[in-house]
Amino acid sequence: METLWGRIEPLLASVTKPARYIGGEQGATYPTHGDGEVAWLLVYPDTYEIGLPNQGLQILYEILNERPDALAERSYAPWIDMEAAMRAAGLPLFSVENHLPARAFDVLAFNLSAELVYTNVVNLIDLAGVAVRAAERSAGDPLVVAGGHCAFNPEPLADFVDAFVLGDGEEAVGEVNEVLGSWLAEPVDRRDRRGLLRDLARVEGVYVPALYEPHYDAAGRLVGTEPVEPGVPATVDKRTISDLAEWPYPRRQLVPLTEVVHDRLNVEVFRGCTRGCRFCQAGMITRPVRERPAAQVREMVRDGLERTGYDEVALTSLSTADFSGIEGTVRDIIEDPRHGERVSVSLPSLRVDAFTVGTAAQIQRVRRTGLTFAPEGGTWRMRQVINKLITEEDLYSAVDAAFSQGWRRVKLYFLIGLPTEQDEDVLGIAELGRRCVEVGRRHHKSVTVVASVGGFVPKPHTPFQWFGQDTVAELARKVRLLREAAKGAKGLTIRWHDPEASAAEGIASRGDRRVGRVIERVWRAGGTFQEWSERFDLSLWEEALAAEGLSLADIVHRQRDQHEALPWDHISAGLHRDFLFEDWLDAIAEKGLEDCRWTPCYDCGACTGFGIEHVVAAAVPPAGGSQGTGQDLSAGDRVPVQFTATATASATATATASRVPVASGGATS
Amino acid sequence: MSGTAVPAQGVDGPAPSAPEEPSSVVRLRIRFAKQGKVCWTSHRDVARMWERALRRSGLPVAWSEGFSPHPLLSFGLALPTGCASRAEYLDVRLDVSPTVAAGGVGPDTDPWVGDGWTEKVSELPELLSALLPAGVEVQATAAVRHGTRSLQQDVTSCSWELEVLGVATEKLAERVERLLDAPSITIRRERKGRTVEDDLRPSVLALTLVPGANDAIEDTPRCLRAELATHPRGVRPGELLEGLGADLVLARACRTHQWIERDGARREPLDIGEEPGAAAPHAQERAS
Repeated sequence: METLWGRIEPLLASVTKPARYIGGEQGATYPTHGDGEVAWLLVYPDTYEIGLPNQGLQILYEILNERPDALAERSYAPWIDMEAAMRAAGLPLFSVENHLPARAFDVLAFNLSAELVYTNVVNLIDLAGVAVRAAERSAGDPLVVAGGHCAFNPEPLADFVDAFVLGDGEEAVGEVNEVLGSWLAEPVDRRDRRGLLRDLARVEGVYVPALYEPHYDAAGRLVGTEPVEPGVPATVDKRTISDLAEWPYPRRQLVPLTEVVHDRLNVEVFRGCTRGCRFCQAGMITRPVRERPAAQVREMVRDGLERTGYDEVALTSLSTADFSGIEGTVRDIIEDPRHGERVSVSLPSLRVDAFTVGTAAQIQRVRRTGLTFAPEGGTWRMRQVINKLITEEDLYSAVDAAFSQGWRRVKLYFLIGLPTEQDEDVLGIAELGRRCVEVGRRHHKSVTVVASVGGFVPKPHTPFQWFGQDTVAELARKVRLLREAAKGAKGLTIRWHDPEASAAEGIASRGDRRVGRVIERVWRAGGTFQEWSERFDLSLWEEALAAEGLSLADIVHRQRDQHEALPWDHISAGLHRDFLFEDWLDAIAEKGLEDCRWTPCYDCGACTGFGIEHVVAAAVPPAGGSQGTGQDLSAGDRVPVQFTATATASATATATASRVPVASGGATS
Repeated sequence: MSGTAVPAQGVDGPAPSAPEEPSSVVRLRIRFAKQGKVCWTSHRDVARMWERALRRSGLPVAWSEGFSPHPLLSFGLALPTGCASRAEYLDVRLDVSPTVAAGGVGPDTDPWVGDGWTEKVSELPELLSALLPAGVEVQATAAVRHGTRSLQQDVTSCSWELEVLGVATEKLAERVERLLDAPSITIRRERKGRTVEDDLRPSVLALTLVPGANDAIEDTPRCLRAELATHPRGVRPGELLEGLGADLVLARACRTHQWIERDGARREPLDIGEEPGAAAPHAQERAS
């Protein structure tokens, strides 16, 4: 097919950020399309500047283009001005390499990193010129596949996606390609789409929704999701690569021509996390921990910096400070003379302790502006519930270390609307922020502490999957409470996420197959880019729910029963349902659980079920803050420094009267 | 944690003045073209491309001092996004003192020490073009004297080739004539959210309609050549078109030259600030 560039270019003068649509990244591949290759269009359902850095998409892009029987190009969601111009000019979704129409590809493969992009997925299928409902596609249409973290509850997108790939894609993508290759070798009139779907369902880790049917009882409650024909597995297990060292990708990270988020070299140092934070879906579904050998990390950093010209490298993972020998690895990078003196290393996920801050101080030589920690819970009790076992001592010593080593701004991330949350836990956020300011003032006259608060959305395959999410009104009340408590606290700023967006995220996160029609309605009503605050509109979702006879109360705010069928029961991340439920009970009992990387196995199922193990170089927890592992947790709420009493503190004390924390040492003032 | 890269300073302002620049710092002026798909990147995007390319090149780029050090790059007049150019300029300060040059990233930085760098200048167009995105091509480089004024201060006008749609050839010829005859042409533009009026006429130094093979065919572009002044502010091709009539559409624009007028003569920026008596050798044209 011919390139569309000649028709695209005249549109660019009238749209914002035209460089989103030109491609041209260093590291991009411009494949020649032929008959022998399966052509993949890898689509990120958000704007170019959000999607370009996505490492998962870049890894698959390289793996596919290295295969002789495959080729891949990329596409991103055009912003609304460009989409309008494209539709007016009769132009379909296109690739950014050869600017070919989406229908020139055999597969449209979507990356699902967040639930609020679902309406964009539907929109992009439509913009590609393909029927949005999978059931209406024929043999000549591209196959629509999707992967990424959100695929672990595929049901809301089941109407639109032909096949989901669960878990690590490195190996599965090749197997899917082979199935497609043999199917495409048949003449078009002899291709049977249903047959293709059956073949795909035989690939480990591939879920084909058309071969499963959900059943509901008379009251409209889900009773289960079952295969519609023999030979289809009752449960689909995720894929897990056992050794990250075999996959040193991306080898040629894309360097964009225009500004994007995370515009730096990114090197993944490990995959998976077993800290066991109960709210964290990523930590649950990516188990076990698989570290990349330190030598390979150094090599990827060295080659990457030389090839790209970046002056910043991020060592990525879900908790990089936990990488075995992180200090030595970081030191080797910054002391390598080939990198010059100007290279900075960033650890996008800092653990909250003084040791980690020390490491950060070593490496942020160039720009020392702000440091971010995520205590998530405002009180020690709350942090035991969510199993984020940061003691008060760890927290204040981290903040003290940050301010004493030159940082002036500390950002703290919190969740509100967590299970068992009381007003005292919410007020604890303000109190904690106020104390952090006080710690900072010992080092500088002017310091800033920003407490950023998000409404908690329970996610599938986590111990909190049964929990009834807070309503918009309740989250809004808690935000008000917090803002009130922080009023007059100099140096402390409260920021919050829109509670209405949390509600919509809740629909897409734990909804069943019926939510597909809701998503389609929101899309038809113009509700694209719902994760963009200026585009988000909860009323579109509420109207669509009502039209489909569904409700926020049932999908989002209702607490599930232990034995209730969940829409993702036929999808397995390896985690035993018993393990998750016991962990849910432990949460309510305010009982923390140590990291299984350095302690005996709890048999959650992620390793034992798939015959794999952690790949961790060090057999002991990292120096400094071990966050729960081998610590005496009975003193977790002991505040190691003396604070002055304030109005905020007394407000907390009043609220505390209604509830006595189980492990209280009573040393809050 | 640190966020996205801090852009090079001096992108939009005058070059950092360096009254006491050490003698080990030399100034290199680079002329490059920006053509094809890459035209749709912004001035800031181009600055970032250059920073990455220079880091990879191993050139001992000098850095500023202070709280937030940045490489000493100084770009000329911003090219409007979407316009092509065969005449973009950039001044780079290089520190050729042994300690700095030897600590560079590239494989062979030693040649940059002391006077060694003069030998390497002729290789620069090819070396740098290979490190820059497709469509950005270095054409020539030259050393410029200390104390030379920045490109932003020094450049007085730019020549443009414009392809316009929306009007027949004869009509366009009439409008060109009318514009040149008019004592003043008022155009409106947005400035900080307010509409301000400007007189376009003094900034149009030259304007001609170039005859083309397709002039008789409807809906094909007509070609204009224009020279537009850059002081007191740079006039954009789109503003010239507005002066010619609201029904005109700019199909393509290419900056072909930038000029420095001095003592009544127009000079090309690479040909202005070189060391006395060392003009031609460093201004190596790249065959392309």
